[in-house]
Order: sequence, then C-alpha cells, then structure tokens
Amino acid sequence: MAKVEHKVKEPLIHIVKRSRITIWKAWLIRIAAVALALVVSGIVAYLVTSENPLRIYAVIIDGTFGTSRRFWGMLQNLAMLLCVSLGVTPAFRMRFWNIGAEGQVLIGGLACAACMILFGDKLPNAVLILVMIIASLAAGAIWAFIPAFFRANWNTNETLFTLMMNYIAIQLVSFFTYKWSVPKGSGQIGVINRTTHAGWLPVIAGKNHLLNIIIVLVLTLVLYVYLWYSRQGYEIAVVGESENTARYIGLSVKKVILRTMLISGAVCGLTGLLLVAGTDHTISRETAAGRGFTAIMVAWLAKFNPLVMLLTSFLIAFLEKGSTEISTTFGLNESFSDIITGIIIFFIIGSEFFIQYQLKFREKEEK
Amino acid sequence: MWAAFIRRAIMQGIPLLYGSTGEILTEKSGNLNLGIPGIMYVGGIGGVIGAFLYEQHASTLNPLLAVLIPLLCSMLGSLLMGLLYCFLTVTMRANQNVTGLAMTTFGVGVGNFYGGSLAKLAGSDVPSINLTATSSYFRASLPFAEKLGWFGEIFLSHSFLAYLAIIMALVSSFFLVKTHSGLRLRAVGESPATADAAGVNVARYKYFATCIGSVIAGLGGLYYVMDYANGVWSNDGFGDRGWLAIALVIFAVWKPNYSILGSILFGGLYIVHNYIPNLDVSGQELFKMLPYVVTILFLIVTSIGKKREAQPPASLGLPYFREDR
Repeated sequence: MAKVEHKVKEPLIHIVKRSRITIWKAWLIRIAAVALALVVSGIVAYLVTSENPLRIYAVIIDGTFGTSRRFWGMLQNLAMLLCVSLGVTPAFRMRFWNIGAEGQVLIGGLACAACMILFGDKLPNAVLILVMIIASLAAGAIWAFIPAFFRANWNTNETLFTLMMNYIAIQLVSFFTYKWSVPKGSGQIGVINRTTHAGWLPVIAGKNHLLNIIIVLVLTLVLYVYLWYSRQGYEIAVVGESENTARYIGLSVKKVILRTMLISGAVCGLTGLLLVAGTDHTISRETAAGRGFTAIMVAWLAKFNPLVMLLTSFLIAFLEKGSTEISTTFGLNESFSDIITGIIIFFIIGSEFFIQYQLKFREKEEK
Repeated sequence: MWAAFIRRAIMQGIPLLYGSTGEILTEKSGNLNLGIPGIMYVGGIGGVIGAFLYEQHASTLNPLLAVLIPLLCSMLGSLLMGLLYCFLTVTMRANQNVTGLAMTTFGVGVGNFYGGSLAKLAGSDVPSINLTATSSYFRASLPFAEKLGWFGEIFLSHSFLAYLAIIMALVSSFFLVKTHSGLRLRAVGESPATADAAGVNVARYKYFATCIGSVIAGLGGLYYVMDYANGVWSNDGFGDRGWLAIALVIFAVWKPNYSILGSILFGGLYIVHNYIPNLDVSGQELFKMLPYVVTILFLIVTSIGKKREAQPPASLGLPYFREDR
C-alpha cells in the first residue's frame, strides 16, 4: 500500500520572537510608529475640521512653542506627568500593577491642602512647608501601602485594589471640598491663603513653575540611580522577574513589595504637593486630572526607564497641548485631545509588537 | 417610598449589570479589559448618534426603527472598540492594562467629543443633546404596571433594555457553567497553555468573548442615555459607572447571575444618600464611596479566605504566546 503523504498547509505569515534587536532599530520602529500616528491624527483632524492638514500641524506646534507662556505651561504639565510616572515606576519594575496613582496623588494633595488650611495662620511658613511635605508624602505612601500590605500577605489582586482606592480618594476630596468650601456650600475651596500666601511653594527666578520643574528633574536622576545602581533597585528587578527566584536567593519578597510601594506612593504624594502648593493653590476632584492613568502609559512606553520617560512624557504633554490648541483654534470640543492621545498610544502600543516579534512570510515552495 | 427606592436602585444598577456581564465574559477569557468605561461611553454615544441622525432625517418616527437604529449603532460602536482591544492585546500581544486604559481615555474622549459636536449641530447652548422622542420609545413599559401597586412599580415598570440586561446575565451564566463552549472559555482564562494543548483555539475564544462582552457592556451606556437620562446626553454624565461595573465583577465573584442582585445593591448604595434625612452635601459625597469600600472589603475577604471559586481567572491580565511556554 502506498503511503499517503499528508500535506501540511503552512500559514502565510509566521510570528517569530526576535532574539535581539539593536537599539537604533528599535527606536527607528518607535519613531516610525509616532510618525504614522501623527499622520493618522492629521487625517482625523482634517476630516473633522476640513482644514489644510499642514495648518493643523502648524497649530499643534504653535500650541507648545508659540509663546513663552505656552512653552512654560507645557513644561509644567510635563513635569507633573513625569512626576507621577516616576511614582508608578518602582512598582511596575516589580510587576506590581499600581493603577492607583490617581488616588495617591489626590490624597497627597488633600493632606497638603489640609495643612495649608488648618495651620496656615498658626505656623511660621518654613515650618508649615515642612509639615506639608511630611503630610503629603506620608498620605501618598499610606494610600499605596494598604493594597501592598494585602498583596504581600494574602496575594490580593493589586490591580483591582489600587483601582478602587482611586475612587475612595476622589470621594474623600469631594467630601472635604464641601466641608471647607469658600463661600460655604459652593463645593469649591478657591485659592487657599490668597492674601498671606502661607504654604505656597516659593517662586524662583520669577518663573512660576520653575521650582516644580527642578524638583522633578532631580527626582528623575535620583530614581534612575536608585533603580539602576542601588542594591534595593536590583532587588526590585529580581522580584519583578520572578518571585520564586527572589525567595531562592534569600530576599524577603514581602519586605521588597512593602518598601517599594511606600516609595511609589510617596512620590505620587509629592506630585500632589507640587500640584496643590506649587501650582493650583487649591484642590478639587480634578486636581490629578487623569494624570495617574496617563502616567502608566508614559512609564510603560519608556520601558520603565526614568531617563527615557523625559522623552515619552514630553511626547504626551506636547500632544495634549497641541490638540487642545487645535480644539480652541478650530472651535472643537476640548475632548478632541483625548482622541488624539488615544490614537498615538494605540500606535506606540502596536509598534512594540514589531520590536519584540518578527513576521516571516511563507517562502515559495521549490518545484 | 421603599418601592420607589428599590425601583431607582434597579435603574441605577442596570448599566452596571450590563457592564459587569460584559466584563465577566471578557475576564473569563483571561483579558482584563480596563477599557470597559470607554466602551460604555462609545456604546452610549453610538446610540445617540444613530438616534440623532434618524430624528433629523425622518419626518415621522417609526417606533421600530427608532429603537433599532440606535441599538445597532450602539452595538457597532462597542464592537469596534472590542475588536481594537483584541487586535492589540491578542494579535499584537500588547500589555492589557495599558491598552485598556488607553481605550478608556479614547472612548470617553469620543463620547464627549461627539456629544459636544452634536450639541453644537443641534444649536444648543449647553453641551447636551435632547432625544426625548427616541427615548420615549425606549422607555415604553408594560401598560398595566401602574395598576399593580408596589409589585408593579418594582418589577414591571421597567423598559425592555432592563429586562434584556437580566436575561443577558442569566444566559451568560448558563453559557459559562452549562455549555461546552463555556467550559472551554473558562479553560482559556485559567490556563491558556492547557486549553491550547487540548485543541482549543485560544485566540478565537479570546476574540469572541471580548467582543461579545464589549457589545453587552456598550448596551449599558445605551440604557443610561436612552432610559435613565431620558434621552439627554450630557458630557461626562455617565461618570464613573464603568469602573463601578468592574468593581461589581469582583463583588459578583465572576458569576453573572450573582451580579443581578449585586447590581441592585450597588445601585442602591449609589443613591442611598438621597434617602437619608438631614444629610448635608459633604455627607452625600462620603456615601458615594460606599460601593468601592464594599468591593475592597470583599476583595480582601475573598483573598484571605482563599476560596477557589471566588478568585479571579488564573491567567487574568497575562498575554498568551504559544512559543513563550
């Protein structure tokens, strides 16, 4: 009997994991993705406004670089976004999905505002600012510690836990904005210590946000060194890679998780302080403005490298500013910027695939 | 008053029920879709766009079309979102949390953008659109409900979308527990490698579960606009209900039939501040955190108890790539 040969049909495209990719090639792919995303956003903006696409891009650039005021505004947004991103990074390097940054920022801001309101006329300014710093860092750290504690001891799902903590923080802020509202019952706190400026972070060199920006830059370097060159940073990476390996080499996984989340939350709390005492001088539900969520994307796009985050947070801050400018110039709804941000992130997320994997097409069969 | 409270609680709960049923199906396939809030916005605005265009173009409204067009538009919108999520996370193997959060940003943006733009088209000063005519068809309920006292008020006074939500939850429950495909779907969520070895097409199950889940969740957005809000779309009006739906998934321990009662409880907790005498505005804000507090407590209790049925699917949030094993 003749052997029947089964012909296996080979699929047209194979997906193969790349063994390694040169850094410049990886960045080339990412830049191509951003460029493609900008083209698509341009097309979307064109479809909505029917304006000359080149003019749309001009408006985006003008939105950031048009005036020095706009540029400083963008730098301030960048700094705040970067600060939250730095906050989530230690947790993420440990593969601890802290998506509660929004709440940690808010609760830090709330602690800061509380100090400004309650002790504004009782303490000398230097002492007051010190108290504010301690309170905000502690508040953020506690907010992150709670889910970490349950995760470390009972393996409670941290993604869902931290997510829920956000809304508790938001409602707490709502509660206190009504409690402390000026005038009573308006639901808004208004500028805190408007006349005395008690607890306001100092303005250096006449630039409103310069201090914030410097603090965040220093923090970026500190965290980079901490994560890349310190023993604790190494421990974080080991726990992130495999908890079993960490146990095997004698690390206390529990201790690393708790310590890292305290740091993560404290940095988020610091962002709250910078937003309340250094920028807005008030607090509301909108103080964090979704940065807690955007920061996750910023950190992820940078592969959790604080130095690369300078670049990715610039990209997002620049695009947000630019698309806000599009909406005001062409009379669109301000939510347009969310759509553009979404599109860009989709493209960058997609590009990671081509960095990690390779497509191999079916080779022509030989006759 | 009790009957009125329970009725309002059910109305608050229905969008959450749709969202959580959709999310349970999705999570059972191992996809943690944090884009659900965005998808529900898209589902809502999809219906609004459909209804708006139909109301503008038709001289007289045909009741059947007035319901069918928004329904289909809503389903199409959320289906596209589901496909996008699957394409990025299953085909492109992207990180689920990042993709989901980006989808929420995008979806809420789409909702508010079109909401605002349509309001401008309709010549309204405030960013809201009024579709009372279409809404009246959606809200049609049984005519004899009013005559049956409290029983009618609680159980019979709702619109068809509310009953559909409950049917969907029951059907999903049945599907997950009693059918062969449901078993395979759960296997994919628990251990995709094992399911793959057993000959289950993992990618196909993930795609179907996530897309169908998205469409169901999107209907929650539609119910909210057409029913709960009487056909008035206002920007950000849907609020944080999408996240509440995700919370409900935990509370219902990944069982759609449990989430029927859970949704009514959450709905009740969401509005209970309106029924407490002498409560000032700040106190109301404290009450609004109740559903989240309850969820966290529940999450803690179930994880300490380590009851196997109460745990999330084992591979939740993890991508699957056959060659990575």
